Amino acid sequence: MKPSTSSRRGVLDRLNSQSVDVPPLPDPDASKLIQFDDPFERFKESLALVGGEVHEIEHPSQATSILNRIEAFSSAQRVASVLPAAVKSTVDLAMVDDPHSLASLDWMVASGEFMIAENGAIWVDGSTLPHRVLIFIAQFLAIVVPRDAIVHNMHEAYDRIGAPKPGFGVFVSGPSKTADIEQSLVLGAHGCRKLQVFVTS
Amino acid sequence: MSIPLPIVDHPTAARKFVTDDQRSPWHDQALWFVRSKRDKQADTLPEWEYLRSMASAIKTHTIANLGNYLQEFEKNATAQGAVVHWAADAAEHNRIVLQILKEHQTLRIVKSKSMLTEECGLNHFLEDSGIEVVDTDLGERIVQLRGETPSHIVLPAIHIKKEEVGETFHEHLGTDKGASDPKYLTEAARGHLRGKFLSGEVGVTGVNFAIAETGGLVVCTNEGNADLGVSLPRVHIACMGIEKLVPRFRDLAVFTRLLARSATGQPITSYTSHFHGPRDPESELHIVLVDNGRTRLRDSPEFRHALHCIRCGACMNTCPVYRRSGGHSYGATVPGPIGSVLSPTRDPKSYKSLPYACSLCGSCTDVCPVKIPLHHQLLAWRKELVGKGLLPWSKTFSMKAASFMFQRPRLFTFVGKVGRTSLRLLPHWLTHNPMNTWAKTRELPEPPKETFTQWHKRNRT
Amino acid sequence: MSVALFVPCYIDQFYPDVAVATLELLESLGVDVEFPSGQTCCGQPMANTGCNAETAPVARRFVEIFADYDAVVCPSGSCTAMVRHHYAEYFAADDAAFQHVSTRTFELCEYLHDELKVEQMHTSFPHKVSLHQSCHGLRELRLGQSSESRVVRENKVKNVVSLVNDIQWITPERSDECCGFGGTFAVNEPEVSTEMGRARIADHINVGSEVLASADMSCLMHLQGLIRREKSPIKVMHVAQIMMGRPIH
Repeated sequence: MKPSTSSRRGVLDRLNSQSVDVPPLPDPDASKLIQFDDPFERFKESLALVGGEVHEIEHPSQATSILNRIEAFSSAQRVASVLPAAVKSTVDLAMVDDPHSLASLDWMVASGEFMIAENGAIWVDGSTLPHRVLIFIAQFLAIVVPRDAIVHNMHEAYDRIGAPKPGFGVFVSGPSKTADIEQSLVLGAHGCRKLQVFVTS
Repeated sequence: MSIPLPIVDHPTAARKFVTDDQRSPWHDQALWFVRSKRDKQADTLPEWEYLRSMASAIKTHTIANLGNYLQEFEKNATAQGAVVHWAADAAEHNRIVLQILKEHQTLRIVKSKSMLTEECGLNHFLEDSGIEVVDTDLGERIVQLRGETPSHIVLPAIHIKKEEVGETFHEHLGTDKGASDPKYLTEAARGHLRGKFLSGEVGVTGVNFAIAETGGLVVCTNEGNADLGVSLPRVHIACMGIEKLVPRFRDLAVFTRLLARSATGQPITSYTSHFHGPRDPESELHIVLVDNGRTRLRDSPEFRHALHCIRCGACMNTCPVYRRSGGHSYGATVPGPIGSVLSPTRDPKSYKSLPYACSLCGSCTDVCPVKIPLHHQLLAWRKELVGKGLLPWSKTFSMKAASFMFQRPRLFTFVGKVGRTSLRLLPHWLTHNPMNTWAKTRELPEPPKETFTQWHKRNRT
Repeated sequence: MSVALFVPCYIDQFYPDVAVATLELLESLGVDVEFPSGQTCCGQPMANTGCNAETAPVARRFVEIFADYDAVVCPSGSCTAMVRHHYAEYFAADDAAFQHVSTRTFELCEYLHDELKVEQMHTSFPHKVSLHQSCHGLRELRLGQSSESRVVRENKVKNVVSLVNDIQWITPERSDECCGFGGTFAVNEPEVSTEMGRARIADHINVGSEVLASADMSCLMHLQGLIRREKSPIKVMHVAQIMMGRPIH
């Protein structure tokens, strides 16, 4: 549908008819923003707080053996992975045309760009995902991220992303959750039930 | 012409909730718990107050320069393949959304939380046109199934007890009768909504932030419902008030640090999703920019700062009146302190009681992450309402009488003497009669034998 | 230095001992206090209702009465906040008398803390006391750090009252929640106001306080009204009475 232009004109005219003094746009002073002595320690604490689990591994391939100790993984039927070096896919993502066919996905293994110490979030670049629904529709999610890819706070995070590419990107912080029933925290609302983070050195 | 809104009388609307000794303290405690979590999160950042100042300054700048930023946003969003629509008011917003749905012959939509679509009454409008609307946020789904509206902008079902959710789910989702375990009920909703997600033909979301510099949108959820809702269907409609803009991509850092900490006491929401353009060349992203009174609000130097609001709900969680009277007592889409500022801008007559539903304690002003001087704005509203002649005659008369008396010290002394003497001499049942609102639950002060003025005359002169 | 005492209308009429204690306290600290005649009210009830036209003459009268003093001291944070922060709209910005009065009117504890810089007191109050922080004292006058704010501030009320010997502080669970008085709010929203007051009283009783103290008698008037009606086991006292070591009554 093509937008009509009269309301556009009306809104802009109303905004332009009332000029308001424009104060300058401030930039945060980096020296005032939190830095951690050990950002990775802080990341682990933050992630634990939001319900995620961290596994430190030397090589991506160790991820599979750790996951195999989790019943939900070892019994999983459908596993999708964008990192075959870490976990092998049992679903051929190249063959998936319609994201609806991913409805029965048990696990998704995604690649994280970097970690944020202050809140346990990981930036996932949508261009690494054949379908963006993968990380939301899977019952369980694992993200593999390099140990040295870490920033202290969100300011550094946005600076690190720089100019966003067209498409999609998401900060994932812990599994999906809700407290909408009497403020009781329940993990596994609509997205993943649990989040495993593999940090490779 | 819009239909005149009913007049909300907050004290009357609050009475049932606040005098329910099972519900009001329970509700108060639930929200105080959220407020306490917010305090803990604020404590984790030494720069908390600095961030608030930054957020406020960024918003002040953006709202002042809003016309330019909207055009910059439109240009960049369009360049990435999004279609930007402009709506002057709620009705136009609803028409635009319906038109898009009709063009796609849509019968079912899945919708994540959007206070804007609540404000516009989108659900009922679409349902009247035969479209099934499924709210996918758990709290919103609960209130939707119960035929209610959200009582809080972040915690829509905060007023509902788990046993009541259990009954609703038993009726609509077939959960076990009497079951009220939140984990069990959430799991049932997950299963129920998975089906809805898979059959949703169009995904509708709100917008937490839109970025002028990049033409992108940010949507924050904990449940992942917005993402599931828009990652399956090919059409995503994002509805936003025009005040949701930030100038630059990096400005998001300030707001994503403040939003979830203020809202629910989390360091960040589980998912902070950034959308730049549609998913792929076969998909569509429609962005509906809505005015609906916002440009008018911007014209007012007194209330312009209310456009800073990022809808975190912290002012509700902290408001002692909101916590005890419940969100529905405000009779408005946005309740609590910010709602009491915004609602009268839509219709001063209907919402004239809201600026008085406040003890002017100022907690909202101190908690607000974007530094809206909420309690000062509520006070400013009272002056506007008096200026518009909307205060009942009984109240203006008593204030005129008080002013008259306070300008005449001898009259003040006399009235005081009569008052104290009658309080001393008249029987308790008469001084504490049912017409005396103060005395319904409270004793009047015990009248002293002499005033301080008399004491001073005897002892110091 | 000439110091005037401003006694809010309801204190003059209903709580004269609060004003007497304030006067005696200032005198015991060597302040020569005058009590200007003709004073009534700061205008807050009208202003908080939104009735500017009715507030203006009362505010102007206040400034006239107190313009010639070096300082005005008031045993109420709320009335002081009215004079300091809400008078501007009733005066020309360059009105010298208004400027003087609005910047030189102090809440009692603030005056002791910032102007007199009191360091010790010889009175005693050997009781368990909990502080009810009035909202206007806290969030308008900034007599302390509100629980929402992360701007570090000293608590001036607690600092000066702590100078009284033998006082034992008890801290309520919610350190600074509103009592629900709110001026005309108490009668506009009687049920909500009552619930808020009851919750405050219960909190102070639950932590074992004997005396619920405040620098604002208006909050206490509301709380005392509830306490007396419900015969709750706690007393209210203004901080001036505590600082003068008055017996609990």
